[in-house]
Amino acid sequence: MQPADIPSAPNFKRPTGIFNRFDTRELVFRALVTLAAFTVAAILMLMLFELTRTAWPAISKFGISFLWSTDWNPPKERFGALPFIAGTIVTSLLALVLGTVIGVGAALFLVEFAPPWVRVPVSYVVELLAAIPSVVYGLWGVFVLGPWIQHTAGPYILDYFSWVPFVKGPVLSVGILAAVVILTIMILPTIVAISRDVIAAVPRSQREGILALGATRWEMIRIAVLPYARSGVLGAAILGLARAIGETLAVALVIGNSTNVPDSIFSPAYTMAAVIANQFREVENPMHEASLIYVGLVLLLITLLVNAIARALVWRVTRGQITTVIE
Amino acid sequence: MKQRTWRAGKLAALAGLAAVSLTALVACGGGSSSSDKTPATTAPTSAAKATTPAGGATAASTGAIASNVGKDDKAQLTGAGATFPNPLYTRWFADYKSGVAPGVEVNYQSIGSGGGVKQITEKTVDFGASDAPMSDSEMAKAPGIQHIPTTLGAVVITYNVEGVSAPLKLDGDTIAKIYLGTIKKWNDAAIAGQNAGVTLPSSDIVVVHRSDGSGTSYVFTDYLSKVSTDWNAGPGTSKNPQWPVGLGGQGNDGVTQQVKQNKNSIGYVELIYADSNKLPMAQVKNQSGEYVTPSTDTTSLAASGVALPDDYRVSIVDAPAKGAYPIASFTYILLYRNQTDAAKAKALVDLLWWAIHDGQRTNATLDYAPLPAAVVKAIEKTLTTDITSGGQPVLKGS
Repeated sequence: MQPADIPSAPNFKRPTGIFNRFDTRELVFRALVTLAAFTVAAILMLMLFELTRTAWPAISKFGISFLWSTDWNPPKERFGALPFIAGTIVTSLLALVLGTVIGVGAALFLVEFAPPWVRVPVSYVVELLAAIPSVVYGLWGVFVLGPWIQHTAGPYILDYFSWVPFVKGPVLSVGILAAVVILTIMILPTIVAISRDVIAAVPRSQREGILALGATRWEMIRIAVLPYARSGVLGAAILGLARAIGETLAVALVIGNSTNVPDSIFSPAYTMAAVIANQFREVENPMHEASLIYVGLVLLLITLLVNAIARALVWRVTRGQITTVIE
Repeated sequence: MKQRTWRAGKLAALAGLAAVSLTALVACGGGSSSSDKTPATTAPTSAAKATTPAGGATAASTGAIASNVGKDDKAQLTGAGATFPNPLYTRWFADYKSGVAPGVEVNYQSIGSGGGVKQITEKTVDFGASDAPMSDSEMAKAPGIQHIPTTLGAVVITYNVEGVSAPLKLDGDTIAKIYLGTIKKWNDAAIAGQNAGVTLPSSDIVVVHRSDGSGTSYVFTDYLSKVSTDWNAGPGTSKNPQWPVGLGGQGNDGVTQQVKQNKNSIGYVELIYADSNKLPMAQVKNQSGEYVTPSTDTTSLAASGVALPDDYRVSIVDAPAKGAYPIASFTYILLYRNQTDAAKAKALVDLLWWAIHDGQRTNATLDYAPLPAAVVKAIEKTLTTDITSGGQPVLKGS
């Protein structure tokens, strides 16, 4: 980023003399940062290459139908990843919806309503949440959240919402709902912290202008704040989604690890990251190992896809406007 | 993570016992060292006698090799594999170094049976360890490998059923049907018929299985395949079977946690884990029609009536012996029959020789089932004749 007072037009010329482009130090520095940039790209390429190479037996045997086959039978060497892909997508999307609603709400409160003596400690606590290791979330899920869902929340939900599709018993101590709640809590700090910053970055003049026109607080937020902050909020949500998709340990502890297709939010299910963590150590045969790596490759591609979609969305929303860049 | 905590706790708790057994071993080593100048005439140590009643006959056929034959060996051995026997092996190797052969250092990594098989196949370790015998295709990649049983494991059916306090009685077919999902309720006639006088709830059965690949799952499904044609034709025998129903917990503690938290559930764990955590254990019907409580004794019985092939790759589930617990298996150390490094080979074979004799006394103190006398005798023959280095048997009865 350049300071605002330096013109950044394309025809901007480097001052010669002080920053000589053929200066040795300059060249070395240039070479180093170029190397750094290519290293990052090369790591990703190498990972893709290595994953594809080691997964090749499974890729060549099952092809693209791997993505929609529900059969995961290591001893019979039949592998399909749909239960894991579906579990990952369902849990992360539900967590994304819940996390965005709660997270953006919390960020709006912190910026627009909270007095400083509330804002500072609450912001601090929210950021602390991000520092808790995921295994702690997982164990909390096993010992506290799971039983609470089973004995308190689950029966309540069944009593009042059993008319909703995919809401039916039996309620177990592990399952999709427990995983969604854990993931929501885990992605909240990211969403709250980034949303808070982008909402706070909305210029005061925007707010004052709309308030001068007689808008209520809600109207001010809806008309002046959210549209201005939407690309940043979207970026925050996507970062949260990326974390939810890749989360392994906490989810493996609470999701129930069943390869059967779930029919309820209380059913045990599986995610891609969880099946790799569970089964990679004791594989049944070489095809099993290749298939697990294939799952890893699909997971990496989905993560890349999510990032690409995020960039496209942010670009579309901003349409070339100057924006808070979330990198 | 929790499993580790538990292991550490268990080891700590057993430290007292271990100290006692160590003292015994040192005493034993001292006793035999008085006569070790003439090993040819040394009778098997008292420990060997204790575990092998047929010790006298053995001594005649193998040339009376003392249990501490490796006392002067010097070698660093590396091994890797199964987690199940890890507490036992760790104790063994420490006892062996401190009480028998100060020059033999063993580094054992409990990375899992699959990893053990892989590493011995690639010859990156001196010995591997596995709960499940190697499959034919795995054997083909590692020609000349020899399985040596070291102890026995058993799989226990545990449960959490409302209002049931006396041990449940189950036969293999019923367990298979529960895990196939064809028996869905606890008051099913098949369960009620075996448990007269027990009030069973009409609730759904919550089935819990392992989510990680595991030798425990292998033994359990091996048993189900043997007693149920439906299971055999369906999920089959595997460390990672495709479970038709239920939810998965990671490790013994993960399964136990799910069984404890979900009412009217059923799960399976290792005997040692169930013992030390005082879990309810079902009595399982064996081939001779008895409902047997799992224990180290009933597990050892499972191996006593079985015909042993030379490679010991034999399933001992649903064993014919009277009083035998039916869901049991050997766990193995894997080594090559033709050893390349003579010094390491001698150290390893001497160590195994000690392990199947004196070492077996440690088994009981750590809740591992000791090998029956007939099995020890068979291994004696394997160690003295089949393991060679430079064309000569490593361990010679002089």
